[in-house]
Amino acid sequence: MAAEGNVKPAKKLSLKENYALLTRGLGWEPSYEKHEEIFRNISFEGIKIHDWEKWEDPFRLTMDAYWKYQGEKERKLYAIVDAFQQNNGQFNVTDARYVQALKIFINGITELEYDSHRGFNMLAREFPGVGPRIAAQMQSLDELRHATTQIHTISQYAKYFTGMNEFPYQFDRAWYLSIPKSFFEDAVTSGPFEFIVAISFAFEYVLTNLAFMPWMSGAAFNGDMATVSFGFSAQSDEARHMTLGIEVIKFLLEQDPANVPLVQKWIDKWFWRGYRLLSLLATMMDYMLPKRVMAWNEAWEIYYEQNGGALFADLARYGIKPPKRAPETIAEKGHVAHQMWSVFYANRDAVGFQMWLPSNEEMDWMSEKYPDTFDKYYRPRYEYWREMEKAGTPFKNTTLPQLCQVCQWPCLFTEPDDPTTLSLRETEYKGETFHMCSDGCKDIFDDTPEKFVHAWLPVHQIYQGNCFLPDVDPTAPGFNPMYEALRYMGIKPGVDGGDFKGSADATNWEKWTSRPANIHEGAYTDAVRDTSNPSDAARKAI
Amino acid sequence: MPIKAITPDYHGDFKDSVDKFRGNQIVNIHWEKHLMFAWPMCVPLPPTMPFGTLIEGVLPGIFGAHPNFKQIDWSQVEWKTSKGPFKPDPAKSLVDNGIGHKTTISFSTPGLAGVNGNAVC
Repeated sequence: MAAEGNVKPAKKLSLKENYALLTRGLGWEPSYEKHEEIFRNISFEGIKIHDWEKWEDPFRLTMDAYWKYQGEKERKLYAIVDAFQQNNGQFNVTDARYVQALKIFINGITELEYDSHRGFNMLAREFPGVGPRIAAQMQSLDELRHATTQIHTISQYAKYFTGMNEFPYQFDRAWYLSIPKSFFEDAVTSGPFEFIVAISFAFEYVLTNLAFMPWMSGAAFNGDMATVSFGFSAQSDEARHMTLGIEVIKFLLEQDPANVPLVQKWIDKWFWRGYRLLSLLATMMDYMLPKRVMAWNEAWEIYYEQNGGALFADLARYGIKPPKRAPETIAEKGHVAHQMWSVFYANRDAVGFQMWLPSNEEMDWMSEKYPDTFDKYYRPRYEYWREMEKAGTPFKNTTLPQLCQVCQWPCLFTEPDDPTTLSLRETEYKGETFHMCSDGCKDIFDDTPEKFVHAWLPVHQIYQGNCFLPDVDPTAPGFNPMYEALRYMGIKPGVDGGDFKGSADATNWEKWTSRPANIHEGAYTDAVRDTSNPSDAARKAI
Repeated sequence: MPIKAITPDYHGDFKDSVDKFRGNQIVNIHWEKHLMFAWPMCVPLPPTMPFGTLIEGVLPGIFGAHPNFKQIDWSQVEWKTSKGPFKPDPAKSLVDNGIGHKTTISFSTPGLAGVNGNAVC
């Protein structure tokens, strides 16, 4: 026994011991409830886990350290956000077209972060293993943080530009936002194992680099300090999420050979769904960034064909093959951004962001980046539409699209081997016809029609009369169903969307900044001071 | 293999069955090789509508903005659905022509191949 005045404190815990106590040490075995009564949702999918202790934590992070790091990141981020707001950082972006991309982000992407928060919250409850539960809990908090930080940073833009003030409302109603919404709701209504393969592996590990690398670089290149800052603040979280994704796959595959075909099926499904969702990014990168970082096809080559190729070569030892529909994504890479921009332009009165035709310089850039496809298939269309604009009869499509029952995109994609023929697929199921945009989506429908028959397809909902506000009388004289449907969706017709030229965003931008709203076309209004040759400086910067 | 779900025999409701469209049925119409109209157009129509009314009363509102539209010789148009080619009888109803709920009709116009002969516009 130590003499008085000579008490030595207990030895400080080693990092390893500390970690063990604050992760595995937090779990316990139930004594008066059956294990299967507590963890009810882990067996119905057919995944077999023999030993949850085999789970290797990919990051040795404990909850106390997590709070410390995240708190630190928050302080740094909000200091930048404060500075951004005080310096009117919203006017430092290249031009007001860039802001249209932010509208898509806040209305269609931020809510996915929140959905992801919900999904991981459920996993944190449902997994019997302590390691994955803690990882899921941290990720759940991360996702909630991402939603909040995005809302806070983009809110500054919402004070000055249209179309961003109704984001949670629009997300649940706007016809094209059912694309991201249905993607994530398919995931969160799956079982816990399908969800984690879908989001942690197929989306976060295989595909998220596409969102983060080119898109965040694009934000930086176009002077958007706010987006870059939340992007960087989220990046270390994303690194953790990706690591979780690869660990999950290895754990499932090593636990039981019977898991392999299930995991393969989910990889095939969620790679395709994730790819279809990210096609939106293709058009954002190629058309909405006034200063471009890389083209979609280049990003796809680097982040999927090369990185993904190496990944699947590595997973081959488990018997996992590359995603079934990967060849289609490669065949489409020269088309998808252009096809999507075309339909958004043609339907610009029905969306909540503004549209324009690419300028000559922009088309030259696309010819260079897409030598095999752009001049042949897309330049003629844009040139004709430009003639129509000049003639005072701009082209507009006025009829709603046939939607894909699975991804909910309009059936706008073409056959992988023929860009002049639409890729239309259908299945008859229990006497009713269902339409799909591709073989990838048809695979998914045919595998689980029970789930997809009750997809909420906005076009059909409008025609069923379910998309009008309560004050609307469809029998009143002059009733305009399209106008009313947009109002129901939280989109202000003629304000949030429509033609960029002449829009409130373009006009205000020139008034407030004295710079052209579209650097490639020059000034639209006299508010730009040097009207003789206003976009020269900007042209040099490209 | 049926879906795996927590609830036994899980099956979603049919959200878009024909009874929900207030007497109409959904018809999708696609003009091939005229990809300025880059998706099949979805419209609710009475099943009893004569096919001729579809041609004269509905299609101009959808595709009329295309310069090829006025030049279409409707007797030369080739029609098909997923079940194969068909020759519509303009006097008969959509249903009697085999056009049911959610049928997609594709038509092609020989000799007219988009603006300046370009199928993408």
